[in-house]
Amino acid sequence: MAIYINEKSRVLVQGITGAEGTKHTNRMLASGTEIVAGVTPGKGGQNVDAQGRTIPVFGSVGEAVAETGADVSVVFVPPKFAKAAVIETIDAGVPLCVVITEGIPIHDTANFFAYSQQKGDTRIIGPNCPGLITPGQSNVGIIPANIAMPGRIGLVSKSGTLTYQMMFELRDIGFSTAVGIGGDPIIGTTHIDCLEAFEADPDTDAIVMIGEIGGDAEERAADYIAKNVTKPVVGYVAGFTAPEGKTMGHAGAIVSGSAGTAAAKQEALEAAGVKVGKTPSATARLMREVIESL
Amino acid sequence: MDLYEYQAKELFARHNVPTQSGDVVTTHTDARASAERIDNMVVVKAQVKVGGRGKAGGVKLAKTPDEARDHAQNILGLDIKGHKVHKLLITEASDIEDEYYVSFLLDRTNRTFLAMASVEGGMEIEDIAVNKPEALARVLVNPLTGVDKAKALEIVTEAKFPADVADQVADVLVTLWDTFVAEDATLVEVNPLVKDPDGKILALDGKVTLDDNAAFRHPDHEALIDIDAEDPLERKAAEKGLNYVKLNGEVGIIGNGAGLVMSTLDVVAYAGDNFGGVKPANFLDIGGGASAQVMADGLDVILNDPDVKAVFVNVFGGITSCDAVANGIVQAIEILEANGPLNKPIVCRLDGNNAEEGRRILAEADQSIVEIVDTMDDAASRVAELAAAAA
Repeated sequence: MAIYINEKSRVLVQGITGAEGTKHTNRMLASGTEIVAGVTPGKGGQNVDAQGRTIPVFGSVGEAVAETGADVSVVFVPPKFAKAAVIETIDAGVPLCVVITEGIPIHDTANFFAYSQQKGDTRIIGPNCPGLITPGQSNVGIIPANIAMPGRIGLVSKSGTLTYQMMFELRDIGFSTAVGIGGDPIIGTTHIDCLEAFEADPDTDAIVMIGEIGGDAEERAADYIAKNVTKPVVGYVAGFTAPEGKTMGHAGAIVSGSAGTAAAKQEALEAAGVKVGKTPSATARLMREVIESL
Repeated sequence: MDLYEYQAKELFARHNVPTQSGDVVTTHTDARASAERIDNMVVVKAQVKVGGRGKAGGVKLAKTPDEARDHAQNILGLDIKGHKVHKLLITEASDIEDEYYVSFLLDRTNRTFLAMASVEGGMEIEDIAVNKPEALARVLVNPLTGVDKAKALEIVTEAKFPADVADQVADVLVTLWDTFVAEDATLVEVNPLVKDPDGKILALDGKVTLDDNAAFRHPDHEALIDIDAEDPLERKAAEKGLNYVKLNGEVGIIGNGAGLVMSTLDVVAYAGDNFGGVKPANFLDIGGGASAQVMADGLDVILNDPDVKAVFVNVFGGITSCDAVANGIVQAIEILEANGPLNKPIVCRLDGNNAEEGRRILAEADQSIVEIVDTMDDAASRVAELAAAAA
């Protein structure tokens, strides 16, 4: 089972002929992902050789889907072209579009997100995210596949490296699916979406949720957990020392006035019964205790 | 990037939002000359990127050029909520019959755009939201359809604008939306939007935040950056393409990934509580790829910060594994030591792919300022201890 992706996922890579696209196509293939197509406008008919496979390149997502039955798209195209790439994926009716690209203008993201909502057929993950992995089955994005085993923890995080850190610390227990939802102010899949999916997933026993300063996604997730999640949730929030009004790396990581602080997020999560770790390692220990008590 | 009022008004004018022009001056003599040129009552306004200027004495009415000069003298150099005044905007004073509030902004919660409008202008919008929420209309704007005259009239009706100005305010909203979209803003705010005695609507103040991610399609926005107002270390880091924020503490921080670096700051601050309250001196994310040159650039910025007493390099090896990162650190220190000896201690924590090999490379390089600690929590404690000892 797992969530969003599994061994049956048929993945197409948008921007496959670019440096990042080619590099990560190799890495995804090496970790067992079924990559069936690449898309680069104007380069239809070419092939990309990777990991002993020949991946056909199409000029459009529509052609790639028609020829290969791809049902997941992963986007590596530069910010300038990302909006057009995602709109194309939505128009082709691809059910899942994972946008790795960092630095997409917020008006572009607002546009393609609204378009995806209007069409209703495509879930977007990201942008500015590491993607997601169902260890041993499929890896869509840039998460290093060798840091964790398959297992029964579900993970949802705004941060890439904190995802890796957490997966690494709990590698012996393993993960059903880990989803990096991204650090931009508008993202297509939220903590709540993943919590809902993990709650419904029979292969997930417990959930780690990693948040950071900015917005109110964690507070709303806490409210959702209190009302809807029966599985144990362990949380971590980064950015207690971030000053007001400064963007901390991620475009969305900013405390505005008194809104979006880490303290408020921790408080909301704890009020919802979520155990919140003080450091990433302490959070991993909390999850270990939870798993051992099940 | 937040803009000054005068820059916001320049963008407004470009998109036909009705506003008044004025002079931007940096000396009291120029302020006087400006008032003389305008030849009427003027307002002398501090240009700072923070609200509450009026209350802080940063906005004054002047009846004569001499009065404008005196006000300018008092306001220049004034500290308004930590922002020092270096520039003034001199505009002709407007007679105000009524004050309103309008804005467009990013609505993170609803993952779309939001229009806010109120007939209770002039106050801080946060105060209206708290004290008189019923007076603040909030209307979601679909990015795909935007704000045309019909949508603008919906906002105006929702906010209960008086009938005599409704149509004019709607027109202003359409031009303001044009500004928001065409300039790739995340906020455009007019407070107050005023009605003058002739019934004319005018943007008397303006606040604009631009999306840095959209800079590639706005080459003209580069001119809006106020280099003098930036922290010199932040400026230097930005020139090298580094993601750096200066903070107030003593422990320099370098890490890969925004979340991990934010987390590192927190863990160092906790550890600092046990060592006289030392704190992180900066945020610096060198990203996933972390080449030797990027590491050297990062270390160079941090070691040149006189506040920094010790450095914490905290790396999780994912796609770039720890052996590559370790080689990067060793080379970075060699590059920097070519310009003179380094004397601030550097605590390194490497975890993730090939962590053991990375630690071995650091240990074998035997650079005297480098200390290897295995876990993030222990490394934070050690670097806090070293910073406290050197402070």
